[in-house]
Amino acid sequence: MTEMVYGAVPQRDGEPVLPKWWRTVDKWTMSCILILFGIGILLGLAASPPLAEKNGFDPFHYVQRQAVFGGLALVAMLITSMLSPLVVRRLAVVGFLAAFLALVFLPLLGTDFGKGATRWYSLGFAAIQPSEFLKPVFVVVAAWMMAAAQEIGGPPGRLWSFALMVAIVLMLAMQPDFGQASLVLFGWTVMYFVAGAPMLLLVGLAVAVVLGGTFAYQNSEHVARRIDGFLSQDVDPTTQIGYATNAIREGGFFGVGVGEGQVKWSLPDAHTDFIIAVAAEEYGLVLVLVIIALYGSVVLRSLLRLMHERDPFIRLGGTGLACMFGVQAMINMGVAVRLLPAKGMTLPFVSYGGSSLIAGGIAMGMLLAFTRTRPQGEIGDLLRARRR
Amino acid sequence: MIRTPLRPLARILDARRRGENPDAIERENLRLRHEELRDHARRRAEGRLLVLGLVFLCAYSVIGARMAHVAATEPAEPRTAQARAPIVAQRADIVDRQGRILATNLETHSLYAQPPLMVDPRGAAHALAQIFPDLDEKELVEDFTGKRKFLWIKRKLSPEQKQAVHDIGEPGLLFGPREMRLYPNGRLAAHVLGGAGFGREGVHAAEVVGVAGVELEFDDMLRDPAREAAPLALSLDVSVQAAVEQVLYGGMKMMNAKGASAILMDAHSGELLSIVSLPDFDPNDRPRPPVAGRPSDSPLFNRALQGVYELGSTFKIFTVAQAMELNLVTPDTVIDTRPPFKVGGHRIGEFENHNYKDISVEEIIIKSSNRGTGKIALMVGKERQQEFLRQLGFFTPVPLEMAEAAGGRPLLPAKWTDLSAVTISYGHGLSTTPLHLAAGYAAIANGGYLVKPTLLRQPGPKYGARVISAEVAAASRQMLRKVVTEGTASFAEVPGYQVAGKTGTADKPIETGGGYYKDKVIATFAAMFPADAPRYVLVLMLDEPVETSGDKPRRSAGWTAVPVAAEVIRRAAPLLGLRPVVEPQVRAGITLSSSR
Repeated sequence: MTEMVYGAVPQRDGEPVLPKWWRTVDKWTMSCILILFGIGILLGLAASPPLAEKNGFDPFHYVQRQAVFGGLALVAMLITSMLSPLVVRRLAVVGFLAAFLALVFLPLLGTDFGKGATRWYSLGFAAIQPSEFLKPVFVVVAAWMMAAAQEIGGPPGRLWSFALMVAIVLMLAMQPDFGQASLVLFGWTVMYFVAGAPMLLLVGLAVAVVLGGTFAYQNSEHVARRIDGFLSQDVDPTTQIGYATNAIREGGFFGVGVGEGQVKWSLPDAHTDFIIAVAAEEYGLVLVLVIIALYGSVVLRSLLRLMHERDPFIRLGGTGLACMFGVQAMINMGVAVRLLPAKGMTLPFVSYGGSSLIAGGIAMGMLLAFTRTRPQGEIGDLLRARRR
Repeated sequence: MIRTPLRPLARILDARRRGENPDAIERENLRLRHEELRDHARRRAEGRLLVLGLVFLCAYSVIGARMAHVAATEPAEPRTAQARAPIVAQRADIVDRQGRILATNLETHSLYAQPPLMVDPRGAAHALAQIFPDLDEKELVEDFTGKRKFLWIKRKLSPEQKQAVHDIGEPGLLFGPREMRLYPNGRLAAHVLGGAGFGREGVHAAEVVGVAGVELEFDDMLRDPAREAAPLALSLDVSVQAAVEQVLYGGMKMMNAKGASAILMDAHSGELLSIVSLPDFDPNDRPRPPVAGRPSDSPLFNRALQGVYELGSTFKIFTVAQAMELNLVTPDTVIDTRPPFKVGGHRIGEFENHNYKDISVEEIIIKSSNRGTGKIALMVGKERQQEFLRQLGFFTPVPLEMAEAAGGRPLLPAKWTDLSAVTISYGHGLSTTPLHLAAGYAAIANGGYLVKPTLLRQPGPKYGARVISAEVAAASRQMLRKVVTEGTASFAEVPGYQVAGKTGTADKPIETGGGYYKDKVIATFAAMFPADAPRYVLVLMLDEPVETSGDKPRRSAGWTAVPVAAEVIRRAAPLLGLRPVVEPQVRAGITLSSSR
């Protein structure tokens, strides 16, 4: 009665976890991710039987694995999205230390599975790619550091995060894994941009990227070959790009029909890097546009929600995660249509790959945790605006 | 809400004066500054996030548009989405002047083995050796049971062979599609076409590259995808070429020659209607170059183009034509041809030691007098003689469109003395190819213009620079006609076609050096027809002919090359569309007089 009369503040903290989560989580983004995952399984049914056949498994071996890993990834995503940003940050720091160490020891303990780049730890039943896990937790740690740097008398967090980023990029480039390295670089740059990078420095950084790219082009045969292949006008129809382009053409607007596609028999990476070509061939432009729209809505919606965010850490972390996710999808699809030079990069949630799926789940969980609705002092803003 | 003072320190100084602790105020100030910074950062971040969002929106739209654009285009490229790319005709055909096929492509299969896939290697080897007698069963067994994972067995299979191999039922024997070059006319124009072989080879396709002849010369053009396999039209005429080859082969056998060549050329455009060198080969199964012996004895050797010979008296007409051009002589000028005629210490002789005494220039050509031509050559002078022969192209290889043409480099005397001038005037001391001679005779035949021999079909006459006047050319032709009607080439008279020409019999030089063979000659007949307005030039050469029907062996061109050439003209002229000029016959007193 006293509370009713004197109007005590409602005790939100006492609200049970699940209802609160359901009330505040960005349900649109989450639905998009779930649909993407479903599309991934659907395309896996089409794209992976040739590979399974080649490796002597039953036809849907990889689909089953994807379903298992995908289930784990979804659970990881849901649990992570229920955590508060503070807990996310703490766990991410711990995870970052672990993943960083794993990356450091990769040259000593890792395997390359005969693919020419040491990127994995073999666990027997599965392989773990530490760089996949490192990406999201690095974003969170870097966001924390940059946010701290915005405090008066705070630590020089931008410098620290920059040093970390350089170290990681160098290690990834040594593997070599230029795709992940460029993603890390991009994620950090985006965060730095939002955290208020001086324009002059941004221009300088752009120049540095160009120079670095030129250096990589001239000194790494791996990179040079791919870029040369991209710049040459006519597509060699026997390259991966050639097959992919042709598959998109064959598909047209409505596809050649479920299971009728041919490209999956020719492309070794049909189930990972070129899954979009399989989608385009069998289901046509319609599905491709749906996939693009799904990725676009995840990214744009998250960025929109982060615009209203007061907490610099959350804002930065969310931006980094969303942009990294969006850019990864963008590069993957851009390669398939020859807008970008060939670079092995998975399509998040759609491509096959255990590490990629679970790490993606964690990343999206953190993004969902960051974009949850929480009081942003809008009333204060309104009052202040009126007073002025 | 505490009002923000204009001077932050003022409040602290006030508080100090009042003896209060200023820390709280300082913290408050700090908080305010912090909040201000934060708001500033947030507003900036809002803007930048908006920019980011727009960038992403644009990027995704571009990707979507590009996807739509690619999806909307027809799959026009080779349909590589299929696992096996079909082999398309990649090398253009070669056709004759009337579009008849000389070289084309045939789809066939190659046979290769993958021993790891084999079920019964020994049985397969045995069966293969039965189908292909040239394969060695033991070697096959070794290959099939050894470590090899892949080996080629046959480059080209006939459909029957393919079926037979297929019937073995061995999964480790596999076929790769191949495109092979086919010369459906067999040996016809073998030297011109040359041949083709495989370049880079893959399982599903192989490059076909030219190895000799026009196939090599025009290799890039024939393989150029931009030409879309437009056929290459040669100047050759299949039926004329076949007739010339057939007659020449018969003539070569009849005259017991070891080789022969014939060139039939359009005197006005330089187009070669037929160019033959015997012995020849089958370009479908081109022999390997010889490793032993002289290359000129190989069937691959092109006598018409690569062989350089002293072509003998056929050169006399050039000397006489030049002298007439310089107004030094007329056909009626009388020249003393009595011995002795000594130049540079050498005695110049005549064929069978004749002595023609005082004869006219025309008779020098008709009777083929060496001394007479030599004297005319001395009147012309060695410098002018060299200049004239260089103009006619006798000093450099004929620039014909064949890879082998560069090999026909004439042999010139080291020092051009008066003696050289005299011997060269009757065709000794200067070795050229029969094709050089044909080009030279074409200049006389067409009224004095140079022509460039060519293997490509020409739209019409193609004259070069003028070398002799039309009158001199006509006078020369008249002399050459008389060689046939009254002189050494009497066998060349073909009724209705008015052949004109000059014989040449030259002793062959001994290859090891030091003089000439007594019993080996090069017999040449250079002709043009019809004599009053020649359209074609024929040069026919027999290598070491001997005619044995008489009581002693005869080797002179009049007895060997000339009858063969006459037969060639008799066969080829109607095929070329020339109408025989039928002379009016006296009709035994019958008058056709229906009107009367």
